[in-house]
Amino acid sequence: MELYSLSIEEALTAIDKGEISPVELTEAIFKRIEAVEDKIHSFVTLDKENSLIQARRTEDNIRRNIKQPFAGLPVAIKDNICTEGVRTTCSSKMLENFIPPYDSTVVKKLKEQGCILIGKTNLDEFAMGSSTENSSFGATRNPWDVARVPGGSSGGSAAAVAADMCIAALGSDTGGSIRQPAAFCGVVGLKPTYGRVSRYGLVAFASSLDQIGPITKNVKDSAILLNIISGYDLCDSTSADLAVPDFTSALGQDIKGMKLGVPKEYFIEGIDKEVAKSVNAAINKLESLGAIPVEISLPHTGYAVATYYILATSEASSNLARYDGVKYGLRVEGGDLIDMYMKTREAGFGAEVKRRIILGTYTLSSGYYDAYYKKAQQVRTLVKQDFEKAFEKVDVIVTPTTPSPAFKAGEKTDDPLQMYLADIFTISVNLAGVPGISVPCGFTLQNLPVGLQIIGKYFDEETLLKTAYAYEQATDWRKRKPKL
Amino acid sequence: MQYEAVIGLEIHAQLLTESKMFCGCSTKFGSEPNTQTCPVCIGMPGVLPVANKKAIECVIKTGLAVNCKIAPFSRFARKNYFYPDLPKGYQISQYEFPICEQGLVEIIINGSTKKIGLTRIHLEEDAGKNIHEGAGNYSFVDLNRAGTPLMEIVSEPDIRSPQEAAEFVKKLRAIVRYIGVCDGNMEQGSLRCDANVSVRPAGRKEFGTKTEIKNMNSFKYVEKALDHEIKRQIKILNEGGRIIQETRLWDSNRGITESMRSKEEAHDYRYFPDPDLVPVEVGGSWIDELKKQIVELPDSRRQRFVSQYGLPEYDADLLTSERATAEWFEQAVKLGGDPKSVSNWMMGELMRFLNEENKLIEECALKPEHLVGLVTLIDKGVISGKIAKTVFEEMYKTGEDAGRIVKEKGLVQVSDESEIEKVLDEILLKNPKEVERCKAGEEKLLGFFAGQVMKATKGKANPKIVNELLKKKLSGIS
Repeated sequence: MELYSLSIEEALTAIDKGEISPVELTEAIFKRIEAVEDKIHSFVTLDKENSLIQARRTEDNIRRNIKQPFAGLPVAIKDNICTEGVRTTCSSKMLENFIPPYDSTVVKKLKEQGCILIGKTNLDEFAMGSSTENSSFGATRNPWDVARVPGGSSGGSAAAVAADMCIAALGSDTGGSIRQPAAFCGVVGLKPTYGRVSRYGLVAFASSLDQIGPITKNVKDSAILLNIISGYDLCDSTSADLAVPDFTSALGQDIKGMKLGVPKEYFIEGIDKEVAKSVNAAINKLESLGAIPVEISLPHTGYAVATYYILATSEASSNLARYDGVKYGLRVEGGDLIDMYMKTREAGFGAEVKRRIILGTYTLSSGYYDAYYKKAQQVRTLVKQDFEKAFEKVDVIVTPTTPSPAFKAGEKTDDPLQMYLADIFTISVNLAGVPGISVPCGFTLQNLPVGLQIIGKYFDEETLLKTAYAYEQATDWRKRKPKL
Repeated sequence: MQYEAVIGLEIHAQLLTESKMFCGCSTKFGSEPNTQTCPVCIGMPGVLPVANKKAIECVIKTGLAVNCKIAPFSRFARKNYFYPDLPKGYQISQYEFPICEQGLVEIIINGSTKKIGLTRIHLEEDAGKNIHEGAGNYSFVDLNRAGTPLMEIVSEPDIRSPQEAAEFVKKLRAIVRYIGVCDGNMEQGSLRCDANVSVRPAGRKEFGTKTEIKNMNSFKYVEKALDHEIKRQIKILNEGGRIIQETRLWDSNRGITESMRSKEEAHDYRYFPDPDLVPVEVGGSWIDELKKQIVELPDSRRQRFVSQYGLPEYDADLLTSERATAEWFEQAVKLGGDPKSVSNWMMGELMRFLNEENKLIEECALKPEHLVGLVTLIDKGVISGKIAKTVFEEMYKTGEDAGRIVKEKGLVQVSDESEIEKVLDEILLKNPKEVERCKAGEEKLLGFFAGQVMKATKGKANPKIVNELLKKKLSGIS
């Protein structure tokens, strides 16, 4: 087995036993990147030099018996998560040369644990998109079929994990941006409960929806990485002041008698037949493991996409106001202040970002606020209540992660509404704030991965992971690798 | 036509917290540009605000001091607009749910009390400062002030004259200084005041079109600017014109208000709740805790000074306008000073010296015990009232004890009758003509002789004894 294809668990065990060294592992990863990155384009920035320095330092630490639980683990970071001294672009021209003077909280935690941050992964500009085609630095491709998109916006991270260009990665999920690309790329993507992971240092798209989470090769790795990044942070008032359990401890417990909610609104016409087949088969598999499927209703599902595109764009219009050419980032000189603002933002933002800023500015405008923003907030409450009611009856909810497998590059770029619908099954989870995971649950005839989404109660990632793990261990989808 | 002015005030008070509203940077005034900044107050990508609990407490305390309802639930909102001194492209403020609502402040106008309602008090962050000098075609931005906590106090349109407006600002300033939430410095801008002004024919209910007046950075200017603006509006109406709703800037040099660049074309700030901050929930126990921290406020202290110390209203009002002054007074009384004497000295000499030097009472070398020492020396007849003024000045300058100054400078009053008599006899001998006239009944010359004695003794002669001797000697002669 190649070193680069190791899971977190395998890599750490091998390092711990002295079978491999952090430098060897890091070198293997960079060799792999050199071999396949041209086809995939997962990374905006690679940091080989520092990674190797870090790997050597880790080796020294091991030799001197300084214990770091995750010493030498090569991890990729989505490029909207700030890294001190390493540029953080959000795949936008606006921040092409922006080097943060601080680490995000999650990055700080990874570093403290001894992880090696190998580079920054591509995304749809400012995390706005579902295909990683809206990047100012080129699109990322799907390792299973390079003519197809990897999903988005964490497409760079998902593709990097799928193509073994890192052991694990961090993504961010505002409306499905971890789960949808994980499903498209055949890997595991977890969006934790809103507030479980600090957002400090995550460049905001929609603050009330954004959440950082792990993208990994298997469920156990997801639990391990979640262990590292979770927890209350004084720098993020919206992070939850709750104890963090060991998420790996629930793995392997049986799921007999567990109630699986199957929302009828998610198995609708228009869903790809092969996706529906795989997901239904997965539900049967879970049933054979002792879980009890229960049909439920999440009646406001149909309003989720519209609600999301009002709230997310409203927040975005304000969050992106700071990119004005005054303090950092791109500046295009103009005749006067207003001219400078306009030229800078004209040149710095791509079309999708502009579209969303305009939408959000409109929905917050006086005279429209009540009809759009306020109404959307009310619907958001209804969506939340849908989940709360459902969770009175069931332990987890299972749905397809996406209505279709990975689509062709360029297929939806001219049709934003079609693109928005790619997140139809993942958006409600962000609106409600509950956790959701996507695990591979099969392949289409064209050998494209299909994802099963499991949704849990607030701050009950344990049950979520337990269910996902039980399913994963009962199948061997994770063993398939894309041919590159 | 008789017109009536309708005025509402908005007061911005910079809160006396060590650190900024949403980050740990210092709020110190006057440092090198951009030295008190961090990623949060510069508005870097990815950073998040964390609300300063002290600042929230300052607002709650103010609310309690001005009889507001403290909202059990309040929320921060974003006010969106572009300006270089606003690093995030929005200001974190409050909109729908301020921390305090429905307050009340009492002012005294021509001897009677008037109640001014408060609409709300909310918390927000200050912006930075644009600097246009010395950079050619460019401007500089200093973000030291960006993120400093500001409290905005909004009054109801209950104010009817510039004088009332000034009294209202004075009262609020006294209150925020009393409870220690703001230093109230209007020149430095830690207390800023904007006014909404309109006029209407006396007796009419509907408001006229209002203008907003900014840049009134002293009590005097509040009064002058509003006076000017009211006259301006009345003149326009009398000439058949219409008032334009606009923001006007007070120009203190020229004594007029002027229309600001019409950038005010109905700004749409697109307020919405800030998703980065959780709602502020204020429970009863927190309020109780803060209530305990609130000291006696100017109004009740003034009333107590009248009843407890028997001071006239006027004295009590002046002595309680500043907490430090009131405390200085009470300390002196506690040390045994007679309230009225202490009050007289404070309102006379002390205030005069402080005003001359533009100094605060707490910066003064003269302490309450010094004044009490002086008053005691007068009461005991050790020094005369006239000498006391000299001693006071010396104490004020040096912070020395009155007794020591009197001793060192030999200022002890001469009460020895024979000693004074010797001096007097000499003077009488030297002025035979005046003695004659005095004997002839010109009694005002007694004053002349008394003056001569004082002059000869450098003011140290006990005036009572001098007078007695004079009467004895001159009536004896006649």
